[in-house]
Amino acid sequence: MTIELTSRPRLAAGCRLGENNQERILQMPERALRLNGPSLEIVTRCDGKHTVQQIVSELQQIYSKAQPRKVEEDILGYLALLQKERALDFEE
Amino acid sequence: MPHELSNPLALIAELTHRCPLHCVYCSNPLEMQSRSNELPTETWSRVFQEAAQFGVLQADFTGGEPLARTDIIDLVRAARAAGLYINLITSGLPLDETKLSALIAAGLDHIQLSFQGAREEISNEISGTKSHGQKLRVLEWIKQHRVALTLNFVIHRRNVDQLEEMVALAETSSATRIEFANVQYYGWAFANRENLLPTRAQLDRSMAIIKREQERLEGRIRVEYVVPDYYAKYPKPCMGGWGRKLMLITPSGGALPCHAAQVIPGLSFENVKERSLRDIWERSAAFQKFRGEDWMQEPCKNCDRRDQDFGGCRCQALLLAGDAAATDPVCSLAPLRPKVDAILAAVNLAPVSVGAGAGPSPNESLTRPSWLYRPNPA
Ligand code: SF4
Ligand code: SF4
Repeated sequence: MTIELTSRPRLAAGCRLGENNQERILQMPERALRLNGPSLEIVTRCDGKHTVQQIVSELQQIYSKAQPRKVEEDILGYLALLQKERALDFEE
Repeated sequence: MPHELSNPLALIAELTHRCPLHCVYCSNPLEMQSRSNELPTETWSRVFQEAAQFGVLQADFTGGEPLARTDIIDLVRAARAAGLYINLITSGLPLDETKLSALIAAGLDHIQLSFQGAREEISNEISGTKSHGQKLRVLEWIKQHRVALTLNFVIHRRNVDQLEEMVALAETSSATRIEFANVQYYGWAFANRENLLPTRAQLDRSMAIIKREQERLEGRIRVEYVVPDYYAKYPKPCMGGWGRKLMLITPSGGALPCHAAQVIPGLSFENVKERSLRDIWERSAAFQKFRGEDWMQEPCKNCDRRDQDFGGCRCQALLLAGDAAATDPVCSLAPLRPKVDAILAAVNLAPVSVGAGAGPSPNESLTRPSWLYRPNPA
């Protein structure tokens, strides 16, 4: 499974952002993931409108001190993890 | 210990014991509660509020058949308003298109539709009801909605050879998850155990199939498999550990650390009608009873795995060893493991009437086990 830069990820049915004890979490069927800075920035952009490329560019700006290449790798890795959890649908 | 206690993550809301099905492995207790004892809508709503404020993330609506509650839409709305993620575990029987739409509009997040098999005959036999056709209709209706769907299959000797057909069924649906869970031997399943335990050969074959399907479906459908712990080397961390992650509320408001806890003699359970969830979680003697390690016996007491599996299941220890504080007898280190081995030996020697993918044999009625069906409470 490769993540296409032109695809638009969107949270799959039954996956949504929630809050618990002042923390943001991604709730999924039978799972929950705690979201911190970068992972929260990624997940809030999985709205079916942003392309993967746009998410990468926007986070490269937010985390401008990090190496752009590393930011991209981290994002692709995180999206792949969410895809494996079946938390994302990818739209063309 | 209480100082390091964290809050429960999920609330299992057994809304009712009423159910149109009669599954031979039903996890409901042998003594079921009647409709007249069920908690009213307001009490459940308060419980959901308390749960969310206490840090609970998710409510599992189960039963019985949760849709047997006429106030189910209000209950979904109340749990969602409280901020919980709502999971409905249903047979799909009392469902129609209007009710489905209303449930989703009220905030239902995830439907777990339980199947008794991939085919009509076995489903009807196991549930003692004609139910399979309705489930297939429900799958079609769900496709019209944006809601998460898991197909739940309870696995046992009579259907373990149909895994591929079950996966194929899931692939025709909108499911993103399949849960194959072998029967766990409590309640009605314990009474029917000899007819439900798969053979070693069936189990090995099933594990190979699951592995292959997990790889094939990665990224599309998550496939989960719970093996029967009688065949395992070590027990499972039952409920994630006694009083560590989950709280179950019975139809009449009893707060239990697990489905089967009522089989353990000498435990008394608090009721949500009288005390708050937090108070019960932190102080109830039943929840305290098997927390931590003080209650453990040898070999658990000094075992390296004790913080992974917490000594296994307390109810299984009671049922098999006659002592709820014993090492779970399914553990290969347990002094009573030979008892489990003897049960397995009997199962593996007895002739099995279903072969790989075989249809019902012509003399099916001769080989059909004499099931003990669960009745329906008043
Ligand atoms: S296991 Fe079967 S009988 Fe028991 S509650 Fe579920 S559907 Fe009803
Ligand atoms: S001896 Fe107890 S703690 Fe060790 S593996 Fe067995 S059940 Fe778990």
